[in-house]
Amino acid sequence: MNHPHHHDRSAGQPVLKVSNLKKSYGAIQAVGGVSFSVMPGEIFGVIGPNGSGKTTLFNSMLGQITPDTGKIELNGEDVTQCGPLELNRRGVGRTFQTLQVFGKMSVRDNLIVAAQEHAGSMFSRMFAPTDSGLGAKADALIDQFHIRHVAHKKAGELSYGQQKLVDIAMAFMSEPDLVLLDEPCAGVNPSLVGGISTLLKQLNQNPKIGKHSSFVVIEHNMDFVMDLCHRIMVMVEGQVMAIGTPDEIRSNKQVLDAYLGS
Amino acid sequence: MKKTTLIFIAACAVLMLAAPQFLKNYGIYLLTYWLIFIIATMGLNLTVGYAGQKSLGHAAFFGIGAYTVAILMKAGLSFWLGLSAAALICFVVGIILGFPALRVQTIYLAFATLGFNTAVWLVMRNEEWLTGGTFGINNIARPSLLGLSLDGNLAYYYFTLAVTLLMVALLWGLLRSPWGKAFTALRDNPIRAESLGVDIQRYTLLSFAIGAVYAGVAGALFASLVQFIEPAPFTVGASIMMYLMVVVGGPGYFLGPVLGAAVGVVLPEWLRFAQAWYLFVFGSAVVLLMIWLPDGLLSIPDRIKAKKQARIESAARSASAQAATKNGASA
Repeated sequence: MNHPHHHDRSAGQPVLKVSNLKKSYGAIQAVGGVSFSVMPGEIFGVIGPNGSGKTTLFNSMLGQITPDTGKIELNGEDVTQCGPLELNRRGVGRTFQTLQVFGKMSVRDNLIVAAQEHAGSMFSRMFAPTDSGLGAKADALIDQFHIRHVAHKKAGELSYGQQKLVDIAMAFMSEPDLVLLDEPCAGVNPSLVGGISTLLKQLNQNPKIGKHSSFVVIEHNMDFVMDLCHRIMVMVEGQVMAIGTPDEIRSNKQVLDAYLGS
Repeated sequence: MKKTTLIFIAACAVLMLAAPQFLKNYGIYLLTYWLIFIIATMGLNLTVGYAGQKSLGHAAFFGIGAYTVAILMKAGLSFWLGLSAAALICFVVGIILGFPALRVQTIYLAFATLGFNTAVWLVMRNEEWLTGGTFGINNIARPSLLGLSLDGNLAYYYFTLAVTLLMVALLWGLLRSPWGKAFTALRDNPIRAESLGVDIQRYTLLSFAIGAVYAGVAGALFASLVQFIEPAPFTVGASIMMYLMVVVGGPGYFLGPVLGAAVGVVLPEWLRFAQAWYLFVFGSAVVLLMIWLPDGLLSIPDRIKAKKQARIESAARSASAQAATKNGASA
């Protein structure tokens, strides 16, 4: 597949480097020695059947579980032991598989709270303006996500698809280096899937809303993954089966047999 | 919080300034009592309503504030020093009480704070050398301000009103700042909040500590109002009553404690006509309120607004459905 937005990401230091990551639950090895790198500006997909270790890998990268062995580096720094808070402060944003907006806050406030803790100290924020000076940035994302008409509504009152958009927009408010997207299409109306893909491509390369972000995407919608991602990693039973471009993955016989089917 | 809320507060302040002209001594005393409970429950509203932490130990801080002032004044120190010490001690103890909240939540946290309240109450009752035990501490003086005596009920009422307005303004400022959103994020979804860089541990501890300061200041004012304190007003029962005031007013509504404290402090006085039935009437009113308005009295405007919005949206949907049917028929 032709990716017009695919710029050179082969040079330089990886944003994310995972080395020989292992995690077991009792006798079951969920992730067994996974290694990969994500380069600046790259959209990296992770696919695999249920139980292949994607979620365990994701949770390790997000600081929610500590791997048994292995190393996770963010921009060259070891973050293996960092929790979610520290990772976010270091430039990792995320979305959740299930809706995780602040239901009683307005959409605009949801976006503002998503970045306010990145400016100044906790003490200085006590005296900061209500919108922490992030109003213009929130408005830009609101426009880009086409949710202007609900910007002042409580997020909990929106439709599922609208809340999903808010959830994704929140992850980008603090201009993260790396965004981990956990099934961004889960439960979304098929007509919205294309819209989400377009938005993510824009955010990946549009410096107006922030710097170039790298994404790691877990998703079961193969059309979405193949269209969006620059490279894809296929996991089966906790191991890496293949890493390659969408075209390479699609034509990999081993992957076809194990996961994609004919 | 909206500008209309600010206008409402200003109108209430004017009303409260004029109110004593129409009241007798006991009425003024009761209004002062109400103001003190507004301060205390505003703190609890921050902990419970805004930050979502279940605390059943608020009366302990109220008591710590009251006893700190009483003990220090008996030792010859000024009320102002006692008031500052009460706020500081409550802040520190509030942070300590916040630690269980980092480990447990919901009903388990409520029981942890309830245990704390019981322990503090036992100290008040048993450590006679410090607190006077069940005999309490009497003849607690009222302060003077810039040479002006606040001994009379009217002067003390205006002083309490000024302190209440100051505490309201401080909380208003805090909740308008990014801290307000961080507390709400912590309440609505702590996992999401943390993933966005909100330090949920610090905000949890601070929600307890700041809430405790409000209770401590209220307790200090209470000691000088009643001029005699003993452990009874600081039991777990009193904490539950304060929690009830927050819930009745509307947790997470800025002015919820104003209404909630009115229900808890003023309403029982109005129900005196019911004599022995007073508790039954009060209890029934609370049960009905919880059934019909689980989000508190101040949720009424929101409910009306939501119903109106639903009606408008439903009308728009049926209009577009009708238009679609017409177009279909004509085609």
